[in-house]
Amino acid sequence: MKLITAIIKPFKLDDVREALSEIGVAGITATEVKGFGRQKGHTELYRGAEYVVDFLPKIKLEIAIDDALQQSVIDAITNAANTGKIGDGKIFVSDLAEVIRIRTGESGAEAL
Amino acid sequence: MENQVIELAYALDTFYFLVMGAFVMWMAAGFAMLEAGLVRSKSTVEILTKNIALYSIASIMYMIMGYNIMYSGTDSSWWPFAIDILTNADNSAADVIASGGDTYYSGLSDFFFQVVFVATAMSIVSGAVAERMKLWSFLVFAIVMCGFIYPVQGFWKWGGGFLDAAGFLDFAGSGVVHLCGATAALAGVILLGARKGRYTSDGRVVAMPGCNMPLATLGTFILWLGWFGFNGGSELMVSNVGEANAVSLVFVNTNAAAAGGVVAALLTARLMFGKADLSMTLNGALAGLVSITAEPLTPTPLLATFIGAIGGIIVVLSIVTMDKFKLDDPVGAISVHGVCGVWGLIAVILSNGDAMIGTQLYGALVIFAWTFIVSGIFWMIIKMIMGLRVSEEAEMEGIDIHECGMEAYPEFVNK
Repeated sequence: MKLITAIIKPFKLDDVREALSEIGVAGITATEVKGFGRQKGHTELYRGAEYVVDFLPKIKLEIAIDDALQQSVIDAITNAANTGKIGDGKIFVSDLAEVIRIRTGESGAEAL
Repeated sequence: MENQVIELAYALDTFYFLVMGAFVMWMAAGFAMLEAGLVRSKSTVEILTKNIALYSIASIMYMIMGYNIMYSGTDSSWWPFAIDILTNADNSAADVIASGGDTYYSGLSDFFFQVVFVATAMSIVSGAVAERMKLWSFLVFAIVMCGFIYPVQGFWKWGGGFLDAAGFLDFAGSGVVHLCGATAALAGVILLGARKGRYTSDGRVVAMPGCNMPLATLGTFILWLGWFGFNGGSELMVSNVGEANAVSLVFVNTNAAAAGGVVAALLTARLMFGKADLSMTLNGALAGLVSITAEPLTPTPLLATFIGAIGGIIVVLSIVTMDKFKLDDPVGAISVHGVCGVWGLIAVILSNGDAMIGTQLYGALVIFAWTFIVSGIFWMIIKMIMGLRVSEEAEMEGIDIHECGMEAYPEFVNK
């Protein structure tokens, strides 16, 4: 099992969600985060005082999947979230040691 | 028949005081929303508490002693103390008719109209000292300001004291209310110090953006609406053609000055910073309003627009200058009400032939000196007895939790 973590631009959330539904992903968790990568920040002024805007709003998605879905999930997210401009985000793949469904106590692949 | 007309005029003018007073009371909501929007979310509950508490303290202290200090009717032109406290006795119909209409409003309606002005002056202070002053220290100061500091200088002008006798002109209170409040705020800000991290040792000014621009904007519009009562009501009468026309002109000029302030502040910020700055634009509206408050009756609407616009330019420059002097004013209160209050007093000479620049400056200086010195003394007493400033830890974590034990948005995860 894998945990896919994706950082995407906030306005891409609906597109990514639809793309993932189409390939059979059952559940997603989304969090509002701030982040930056290689894109540089810029300064703004508030009442004449400078402040640096480097952390930009992003959405973090966490998706627990079976190994078999890994590549299609990566492709789905990449295609849906891509704008071609800097700040599109990143996808992280990590191994998932265990999954439990709280309501029923199921674990492993059945809990995905 | 004539008696009926006299009674009707009395009723109308009383009603006018009451409704205009209610408009000025509504400015308390305006200040609360404006300040809540311009501070950080971790300081929201505290500033809201201050705003509603200070309004109430003003209502009580002015009733107990302030009103009678200010309108004591004593012979002395500088020592205003008299003994009476407010009772609920008022003019009888017979008294009114016997006066031939000279007694034209309820005494209690006059008190009501006046008490809301005290609250306005006091609420100027709450924004300037936001985010780092102890709540209870502020409220103790409010007791003194509303019961003593404001009424004494108010007596000197509106109570018939020596400033009035000298020919100092202040229609609705650019000096008596706005400069007075801003001066008390300045004394507090100096003794309090800036928010931690606001001014770095290498001379940078650190931005601390307000948490809620919609609230700040709503607050400004509420203040704008309330100001029609503030200036309009200060004409003190509406029940004949001349007075009704005067009130109408005051409303138009008040609106025009605010509009001029907005446009000027918007353009000034655009020129200085490269983009429009909403918070400066909001301050511009208020700067325009403060600027016209000393004389909203004699200018033409075009001149009123110009006077407001100058206020809008001044306020932006003043806010930036205050930061250069490391005087931290989160909402710009001292710039809006103090610096533009002085401009408002000076601007009277542009349209009122009875005003003289020397007398206007004299009045401003007296109000400033009295308020600054006495406020400074009381701030220092409060500082020695109970402290003025919250601990550094409380300031970092948020005074909502530390001073008030609650958060404005406890369900929001986004911090």
